[in-house]
Amino acid sequence: MARQPDGPPPPPTVQKLRIRYAKRGRLRFASHRDLARALERALRRAQVPMAFSAGFSPHPKISYLGAAPTGAASEAEYVEIGLSVRCDPEAVRAALDAALPEDVAVLECVEAGEGTGSLADRIDTSVWRVELPGMTLDELAPAVEELLARDVVVVAKRTKNGLKDIDARPSVVSASASAGAGCAILHVVVRQGTPAVRPDDVLAALAAVADLHPPLPPRAVREAQGRLDDTGTVADPLDPDRTAGAPDQEAHATV
Amino acid sequence: MTAELRTTAGESLYPRLEPLLAQIQKPIQYVGGELNAQLKPWDAAAVHWALMYPDAYEVGLPNQGLMILYEVLNERADALAERTYAVWPDLAALMRANGVPQFTVDGHRSVADFDVLGVSFATELGYTNLLEALDLAGVPLHSVARDESHPVVVAGGHAAFNPEPVADFVDCAVLGDGEQAVGDITDVVKAWKAQGRPGGREELLARLARVDGVYVPRFYAVSYADDGVIASVSRTRDDVPAKVGKRTVMDLDEWPYPKTPLVPLAESVHERMSVEIFRGCTRGCRFCQAGMITRPVRERTITGIGSMVEQGLKATGYEEVGLLSLSSADHSEIGQLAKELADRYEGTNTGLSLPSTRVDAFNVTLANELSRNGRRSGLTFAPEGGSERIRRVINKTVSKEDLVRTVTTAYANGWTQVKLYFMCGLPTETDEDVLEIAELAVEVIRAGREASGRKDIRCTVSIGGFVPKPHTPFQWAAQAGAETIDHRLRVLRAKINEDRRIGRSIGLRYHDGKPGVIEGLLSRGDRRVGRVIERVWREGGRFDGWSEHFSYDRWVAAATEELAPFGVGLDWYTTRERTEHEILPWDHLDSGLDKEWLWDDWQDALSEEEVADCRWTPCYDCGVCPTMGTEIQIGPTGRSLLPIAPV
Repeated sequence: MARQPDGPPPPPTVQKLRIRYAKRGRLRFASHRDLARALERALRRAQVPMAFSAGFSPHPKISYLGAAPTGAASEAEYVEIGLSVRCDPEAVRAALDAALPEDVAVLECVEAGEGTGSLADRIDTSVWRVELPGMTLDELAPAVEELLARDVVVVAKRTKNGLKDIDARPSVVSASASAGAGCAILHVVVRQGTPAVRPDDVLAALAAVADLHPPLPPRAVREAQGRLDDTGTVADPLDPDRTAGAPDQEAHATV
Repeated sequence: MTAELRTTAGESLYPRLEPLLAQIQKPIQYVGGELNAQLKPWDAAAVHWALMYPDAYEVGLPNQGLMILYEVLNERADALAERTYAVWPDLAALMRANGVPQFTVDGHRSVADFDVLGVSFATELGYTNLLEALDLAGVPLHSVARDESHPVVVAGGHAAFNPEPVADFVDCAVLGDGEQAVGDITDVVKAWKAQGRPGGREELLARLARVDGVYVPRFYAVSYADDGVIASVSRTRDDVPAKVGKRTVMDLDEWPYPKTPLVPLAESVHERMSVEIFRGCTRGCRFCQAGMITRPVRERTITGIGSMVEQGLKATGYEEVGLLSLSSADHSEIGQLAKELADRYEGTNTGLSLPSTRVDAFNVTLANELSRNGRRSGLTFAPEGGSERIRRVINKTVSKEDLVRTVTTAYANGWTQVKLYFMCGLPTETDEDVLEIAELAVEVIRAGREASGRKDIRCTVSIGGFVPKPHTPFQWAAQAGAETIDHRLRVLRAKINEDRRIGRSIGLRYHDGKPGVIEGLLSRGDRRVGRVIERVWREGGRFDGWSEHFSYDRWVAAATEELAPFGVGLDWYTTRERTEHEILPWDHLDSGLDKEWLWDDWQDALSEEEVADCRWTPCYDCGVCPTMGTEIQIGPTGRSLLPIAPV
């Protein structure tokens, strides 16, 4: 039997909040671990009453969902937190937003709807927008068409064990090109899975099929995440919680 | 750098840096914007400081000294301070290829635009990183080649007590506490600029040389005798001091910095907030440069510490507070402090920690209070020497029985991890002294298993090679060579593994002896060593504190070739014992310690005689207080911490 610290166990989780946040600007260079640390500290500064795990090494109850890669910005990162005291979700959102760095914006906070299932089950697809500075629509559009025309596109992906060949094509649900200010823009919807196909891999696929090489480092933004339905639409993963509404319990504490 | 890429002073380089960041490892360390970082408008300040920690961001960011000066300077309306760190080779290559100079992380401003570049040297292994930063900044490496458009390069930190090896590269060195010195330097630079820079750089440096605690190497000439030792050090101007004394800040409660500690997004080596609970140490450990050069002991009061902890936690969101000093359990109010802080933060998962604990100052009550609200981490003790004999030599006396009893008590009270720090290569040391480390560790595990009734307790033995440092009684000692260190570590490891049933509970952490030899060269080196540093840098030497970047062979080859014309070499600087009256390269730099007292203490070490702490026994005349006009400031104050109102 593992040893436990003296004293009573920590208070249980009485409320789960689901949060959508954005990482923008300079903080696109933050890694998942960097953001996790920043979030934990911000929760403390904002004095959000977190629930903690038991044991000698108590950790706040936070579940992270698949993070955007280092270097990519995102408007749709998700995290779930467990509280030991019920709070008004909007108050938590505002307090957390104020406590986080300027380039991290807490966009939404909703209470987990009862019986709505896990948040992870509602996310299997990412919607990306990739700016390609110094590139024109005329260069990008045919490459995208070429990519979509293929059934198999093998690219070398950097993994912990060195480079590994993967087929990037099956994960690409849809892709299109548009023109931006001084850049071409790649819009691509990618199914999440293993191996994970990220914007870099899609660009590698474009290089493989059409010899497309951006002259400047691309800038990727994840615009949305959610579950892909039969119509090809990505559903907002917080919708079921909003519909379910908060369980009717005692008044919220203020944050 | 090409002319068209030059920016106007103070302009942000970020737009040019950003595309490079997409191509490198850990770009977050270069973007700035940390919690509590400050960014002031360039033109609002009369004097601009770039503060550099010459190592990677993750090591440099938590540095307390730099954080303190950053705040102290930025509090002045007429000054601005930004931070810069050593750039990893992947980014450095891209910066050179794209003409992006060394930048600050706050405003991404070119370091060359600043009036002062302050570099904090905690260790001598950062010297090559200074040269790399100067080169990336487009600032001439050599002080003599700079003109009034270049920043004044100021060295600080403990290594600045012998800045001679970098004397060609720095313009000045500040000895001792920086809080007040940076203000004085700012005043001088501001006045000189306002007057239209009269007399150019030479005049500015001459004015700085008259600031208390500021040493300007170019105004001191060094000559050497035929046998290689220093023949004389003499002033080249009458208006600079013959001997430069260190700065000492008295009454630390009046300097409660950092008030708003920086919190990085990137991972750093210390994931906690630190509060310095006292400065200085008079325990008199003979190997310890920090304890010698930071005297006397100046405690912060319990209430002063309480308010720093409160303010700092609010400002950072950290969940652990390190109570920092050279020997934290020695604070006169430590027991009460730990208890009352634990009371204050009951139920908040806020842990307290001490860097390491003296065996003779440890008690379970204190350790329990420290971990009452937080994670219970391992305990660390630093006996430093393996045998009682060698512990008398280094003046860190604790009996084997006391050591085993203390560690066993910790195991019996639920701690399962204990770390023990030792040094290897101490003066007069033999294999037997080092082998006693193994006996001690075995005894600790045996007694610990019995006392705790558990098999899963662990003891980690961490060993560092001893490097003799300036301004210590061991400054005359012969350093043990790398082969000696490596041999002793080998026999120690074999001894620990003799009995696997015990040995598997003991971890051994050590580095080979080679980096210590180079650190030794740089620690006790003179101006001739500067050529070695420059050559190593030119041949690619960077990040010498990192084993994956450090090249012993490159250092040895450079030392051999650059020092041969002077008739000296690596061994001459390291494994050679100095004689009593040899002029040491730092003799004209005054830490307050009386050289005769240091020598007598060295002789006492050789005859294994101890000296007691002057906080509790009469003064032993080390010289610091009378020379510097300072005094010991310790409690107890009789005050206590009131609960803070819950929020």
